[in-house]
Amino acid sequence: MNGLTNPLGTSVGKKLMMAVTGLAFCCFLTIHLAGNLTLYGGKDFFNSYVEHLHSLGSLVTLAELGLLFFALIHVLTGMLLFYQNYNARPARYSVNKRAGGRTLGSATMPYTGVILLLFVIFHLMNFHFVDKTNTTTFQLMSNAFASPVYIFIYTFAVIIAAIHVSHGLWSAFQTLGANHPKYTPFLRGLSIVFSVVIGIGLGFIPVYVSLLR
Amino acid sequence: MTKNINVTLKVWRQKGPHVKGGFETYPATDISTDMSFLEMIDCVNEQLTLDGKEPIAFDHDCREGICGMCGAVINGRCHGQEKGTTLCQLHMRHFSNGDTIVIEPWRATAFPMVKDLVVDRSAFDQIILAGGYISVNTGGAPDANSIPIAQEIAELAMDAAACIGCGACVAACPNASAMLFTSAKISQLALLPQGKPEATSRALAMVNKMDELCFGNCSNERECEAECPKEISISNIARLNREFVKAGLVSVVK
Repeated sequence: MNGLTNPLGTSVGKKLMMAVTGLAFCCFLTIHLAGNLTLYGGKDFFNSYVEHLHSLGSLVTLAELGLLFFALIHVLTGMLLFYQNYNARPARYSVNKRAGGRTLGSATMPYTGVILLLFVIFHLMNFHFVDKTNTTTFQLMSNAFASPVYIFIYTFAVIIAAIHVSHGLWSAFQTLGANHPKYTPFLRGLSIVFSVVIGIGLGFIPVYVSLLR
Repeated sequence: MTKNINVTLKVWRQKGPHVKGGFETYPATDISTDMSFLEMIDCVNEQLTLDGKEPIAFDHDCREGICGMCGAVINGRCHGQEKGTTLCQLHMRHFSNGDTIVIEPWRATAFPMVKDLVVDRSAFDQIILAGGYISVNTGGAPDANSIPIAQEIAELAMDAAACIGCGACVAACPNASAMLFTSAKISQLALLPQGKPEATSRALAMVNKMDELCFGNCSNERECEAECPKEISISNIARLNREFVKAGLVSVVK
């Protein structure tokens, strides 16, 4: 096992784990968005999407366990990186100026990450770990987004996710070694487009659902 | 056009590694705009010496931007705000009369404080010692161009080899990571045929040494690339990542 844990335990190895798991979450976000867009087809269309998804049975459980495993790696490695990076410079500069490299996304990765973790737990408690015997997922959503507080929390969290992936997506490719004058500018642009699509796509859903009532 | 300006310096003063440091304010009067930043500090130091005070300690050597000895954080920017220059090549014409200039040393756990603006950058030497070389048996000098190298590859290797090891990448990195330095040193050898035989052990040894020295982890902030006086690209970091994956996960080396 040493042959594997040694390379993965280095700074580059930890970043590789962040990149692979992060890219998996970007794929998940895309699928989640695609699924949720069925909402715009109406209540029945959405509920039938949910039924079809859940009819996959053990495949869904497998995907959930995979995501949980990746989340553990991403969160724990991220926390370790944050701690080590803090220790690499405990004495801060009195004047801080950006040279043009840092972005809103890259500067806030650990903080947006923690907010997202809290949100994911909150989100799962709202829609996953609830008794769904006498209700539909649409009904659950409709009830939740009747509250302006819920709308605010969800919209805020989606904006945070958009900021997180605006750095995360291209950064993952860089960490995996994919950097070339031919496509790196495209990847950086794609990150921004992806974050905007996720932000608008998922961000409008709470508002839309509350308007449907 | 030459003119003289007056500026105020807020300089980090620290007597030694384990002594508490702080900012001291000094006036720098009648400074010619033709002076370099280091010549300006020389003038201030002359006055401090005449006043019977300890002059400001700072590292410097060639003063023509090629040795990598000088460097400080000027108003929050490594080597000052000008792009692609070392501190010795930053000139006072980039400042205005009446400016207050904050001067701080490189700050990183891996670069321990020596005195004032001087930090110990021997951590870089240790990274080189870990594998930043090629092993060649001595003997007659080989014929030039006996190993063909594509022009594009030679250029890339030369771009990486432009690194002067000043430490600005570490100082600029929000995580105090040495990835740009290490990647430049790995790239300049990994790109060329002469560096290939030891590429695997080199990538593993240099990355491990870098971690051991308490540098931070790269999070692709790109501040290093923006502050590097030799404008070394982060494409070298991607190359290091590729070399590391090859070495750590798919090579025959155990």
